[in-house]
Amino acid sequence: MMDPAVFARSVMVIAEKNMRIYYFKGPVVVFGLLFPFIMFLTFFIGRDLDIVLFFPGFLAMMLFFTASSVGPLITPWEKREKTYERLLSLPVTLDSLILGDIAAGSVFGVIITVIVWGMCAVYLHLALASAAVLAAGLVLGALAFAALGTLLASTATDTPSTVMMLSSLIRLPLIFVSGIFIPLGQMTGWEQLLTSLSPLTYLVDLFHASLNGDAVYPPALDGAVLVLVLLAFIYGAKIIQKRNLVKGL
Amino acid sequence: MKEGGIFGFLGPNGAGKTTTIRLLTGVLTPDAGSVRIGGVDVHKDPLAAKLKMGVIPENSTVYGDLTAEQNILWTAKFYGLDRTTRELRAREILGRLGLTERKDDLVRTFSKGMKQRISIACAIVPSPKILILDEPTVGLDVQSRRLVIETVRQMNEEGSTIFLTTHNIEEANALCTTVSIIKQGQIIATGSPERLKKTFDTTQYVEISFGQPVEKELFGHEGIYRVERRGDKWRLYTDNPDHVVKYLGALAERENLVILSIATSGPTLEEAFVRLTEGA
Repeated sequence: MMDPAVFARSVMVIAEKNMRIYYFKGPVVVFGLLFPFIMFLTFFIGRDLDIVLFFPGFLAMMLFFTASSVGPLITPWEKREKTYERLLSLPVTLDSLILGDIAAGSVFGVIITVIVWGMCAVYLHLALASAAVLAAGLVLGALAFAALGTLLASTATDTPSTVMMLSSLIRLPLIFVSGIFIPLGQMTGWEQLLTSLSPLTYLVDLFHASLNGDAVYPPALDGAVLVLVLLAFIYGAKIIQKRNLVKGL
Repeated sequence: MKEGGIFGFLGPNGAGKTTTIRLLTGVLTPDAGSVRIGGVDVHKDPLAAKLKMGVIPENSTVYGDLTAEQNILWTAKFYGLDRTTRELRAREILGRLGLTERKDDLVRTFSKGMKQRISIACAIVPSPKILILDEPTVGLDVQSRRLVIETVRQMNEEGSTIFLTTHNIEEANALCTTVSIIKQGQIIATGSPERLKKTFDTTQYVEISFGQPVEKELFGHEGIYRVERRGDKWRLYTDNPDHVVKYLGALAERENLVILSIATSGPTLEEAFVRLTEGA
């Protein structure tokens, strides 16, 4: 029977290593920090748009990109640098590796998003309808999309740029079908159906509920979807990483 | 594997040495059977089993983006050592491996030998019951190799059981208390180096070097069943060294050759290894 304390310790130690090493890597800074800013500024500058209306979408995009940018880098980077096998032979399991990677991605996402929200709230005098819902959205969104990042890292490659490309290929279309640039409340028919398929939609909606109080779905439903997505991504990452564990060692 | 010994695992390339290590460290799951480390099944309770071991995988290294000391301290955290013990152990090991002055440097600035020393430092920081090393001295300079061997010996004296794979037969001969030879995934011989050598008691040879270059065909004598060139010497395998020595003396006189050196020898561990793994 596995000792839960040893398991928790291994998750934390892995997360600590990831934070020290990967937070300031080029691909994380470019794809995690600069990308959402540039996307939003491109959309916003020069147009007469209501910042309050679009801010929840921007915040969700920020959390989505930051949380999901660390995970894809870790495993391919470690395989390329030849540190992965040594890591596997330490007191860790595949589960603790996955959770450690998710923890690192989530913390990165939460820190950056809270800083952005804090600054914008002060300078733009943004409203806060429910701090509890905002906190729940931050935590659930960060975990779910950090898990997406870890799932993307499961591919059998030791080339980080390949995974970052794949990750952009999957993440970019999602921001266009998640109610970030077109408010969810203005969508009807097939547009609504399409957005309901994107997990990012539920985070955008949760932030709408917490900041402006104008959500389309009940917050409990948004939260439940994010939990389901988180579990699905963890399960997928575990299956694929197990299969690809020794590839590229 | 007996507790307290140094167990050497020898085999040609592709024999299954690294696969065995990966099974021992839980990286691979066995199709059948089980792996127990100190009585704990690696695949049923990997964390408990791995807490008992320190591992240096082949071709694997430590984190280049961390300093030497950070690598050791971070590894020690997995084993639940408290902060004071971690720092004390790290200092002691860095000193033992001659890396105190470089402790704050990023590992990516280190040479291969120094990186391997940090790898070993990380593996021994928890004072593991079992130390597993996969080809620990491959590609190292003489100083680093000696330091690695000395550290392995020291860890064994301090109570760690050692399991190592190596290509270096002399290293295995000098270090190991027990050696297993593996071929195509099967252990074909196990014993102390001396016992394995005695398995080939019949293998004897005469080693000779001449002042002039000679051809292999010169040694066409019925008492010599194999001829090998070894640098500037010729090794002549025979069942009757005395007879061959006399023959070589006569040959040198007849062909006007100057004998620079001549010696007879019994079997070596290398010979046992070659004979056992022939055709692998």
